[in-house]
Amino acid sequence: MSQSPASAELIVKDLTIRFGGLTAVEGMTFEVNRGEVLSLIGPNGAGKTSAFNAITGYIQANGGSMTYQGTLLNGLKPNQIAELGLVRTFQKTSVFMGQTVLDNVLHGLHLVSKQRPLAIIFGLPSVAREEMELAAEAHRILGFVGLSGRADWAASSLPYGELRLLEVAIALAAKPKLLLLDEPVSGMNPSETASFMKILAEIRKLDITVLLVEHDMKMVMGVSDRVVCLNQGKIIANGSPAEIQGNPEVIRAYLGERYVRAQG
Amino acid sequence: MKRGLTLAWLLFLASVPLWLDNLYILHVLIMTGIFVIAAMSLNLLLGYTGQLSLGHVAFFGIGAYVSSLTTLGFSVHLLPDWQVSADPKPVWFGMLLGTVVAGLFGWAIGRLAFKVRGAYFVIVTISFAEVIRLVALNWVELTQGPMALNNIPYLRLGIPEVFEVAFLRKPANYYLVLAVGILCYIIIRRLVKSRAGRAMIALRENEPLASSVGVDVTRYLVLATVVSAAMAGAAGTLYAHYVRIVDPDVFLFIYTVTMVIMVISGGKGTLAGPVVGGIIFGLLPEVLRSARVPPEMQWVVYGVLMILVVYFLPQGIVPAVRDWWLSRRAADAPDVPAEATTKAASR
Repeated sequence: MSQSPASAELIVKDLTIRFGGLTAVEGMTFEVNRGEVLSLIGPNGAGKTSAFNAITGYIQANGGSMTYQGTLLNGLKPNQIAELGLVRTFQKTSVFMGQTVLDNVLHGLHLVSKQRPLAIIFGLPSVAREEMELAAEAHRILGFVGLSGRADWAASSLPYGELRLLEVAIALAAKPKLLLLDEPVSGMNPSETASFMKILAEIRKLDITVLLVEHDMKMVMGVSDRVVCLNQGKIIANGSPAEIQGNPEVIRAYLGERYVRAQG
Repeated sequence: MKRGLTLAWLLFLASVPLWLDNLYILHVLIMTGIFVIAAMSLNLLLGYTGQLSLGHVAFFGIGAYVSSLTTLGFSVHLLPDWQVSADPKPVWFGMLLGTVVAGLFGWAIGRLAFKVRGAYFVIVTISFAEVIRLVALNWVELTQGPMALNNIPYLRLGIPEVFEVAFLRKPANYYLVLAVGILCYIIIRRLVKSRAGRAMIALRENEPLASSVGVDVTRYLVLATVVSAAMAGAAGTLYAHYVRIVDPDVFLFIYTVTMVIMVISGGKGTLAGPVVGGIIFGLLPEVLRSARVPPEMQWVVYGVLMILVVYFLPQGIVPAVRDWWLSRRAADAPDVPAEATTKAASR
């Protein structure tokens, strides 16, 4: 990948995704640079989530390549991609509903944990020691997203806004280098969104690169270093939030009225 | 308090042969214990990974047959002029081998079936059990077919002619089954309270999310199948060397169904569930028989009870009792509503 800038962490090149006869994403090319927050925006059906799913291995790309720090992602399974440090959240709220909040985060700590099956069966002391460390780490992560008081609650009893925080906590537990957030604040009220933006700022300080798909323009313009705008499977603009806001094609395709309202 | 309760329960179980002088009831308890082990192994798959194995009895039967054949010795033509024979081996070795071979079959089934999950897993396991049953029935040279394997030796442990324990009589077999049962319980408990068990539960609860945080789906499902199959195999070896006769009927579908009923009625995905369910549905037919309920009615009562449990306690007996206990304790706390107590406790 000599032609790409050294700071590019994730390179998506000519990505094409088709569902039967429908082309969801066509020739999509963009890069995510180390340490930035990049937002992917576009109207519903523009192919944002499809691109997300292809990058994280949930669907297969029909063409193009995705490279993370020199490793080709095409054909890898989701768990292998997670091991590389790409961890995602889901558009539809996705937690382990039947488990407690603490257990949810413990599930997320799977890659941090190093227990081997035989060590577990023989009950080696290293397993017990690690269990305590994992619990402490889980509490720390819950504190980070502001759910300390909810550790023993059943996930199913959390209010909606806190469920979405729990999703982020689970993803953070997997120690991402690149965090992919799929509409994290959809359905949140303005104050919940504001506090989520604060958490996102804290996440940046942890040296985690963020790829964000979001409809909330106030949030996108507030947190992004760069914005990529998609329409009907194609990239129509790529630039800083200010450039995007000034781009006539973006305004025509998508932002227009909505953004004016958000500004107001 | 929980620890004390466990200890009391174990002491009670260990004391049974000391005061129970009815050997028939002891026999029923031993058979129940063997089934409880099989049910616990099924629970690891059904309860924790959410995959239903409707051919679980195959692993049980494989354990029984492998262990029997190893300890009896066999001589079989694999090709018309190629004969393979084996001399009888010690029983402990046969039991170990039976457990390992059942585990290997579990590995193969896991690899094969988990490419296609859910309903397909059910079909693969049913077919597998049926194929194994037909092999046991028709490969007469090896298995004696419907004539059954007879005179299977009982287990002896220790140094021959110095100090030896013979597991021939019922009390000894009771303790053997109890010990294996406790061992299996401890292994399952360690597994489900570890990284491996959390991975299994994560897959059951939300597979896409589990793989997004790096859980290797196939790996943990195969691990669960191997451990589960090996334990069912171990139960089979206990059966073979206790009953000392094994015929292809050990592969009957009804045994798998019995295990599934034990797990589901007791509470799948709980450690105590299959033990409670296994004890209830293992002892119930005998209790009814001693109450002089006619045989035709026994199975009706059995069926009705099963439907009632599944209908009124869909989670199973153990979770229902636990919830009832927790809500009662919360209600006892003065002046604080149940919800507030749990919240306060978590803060």
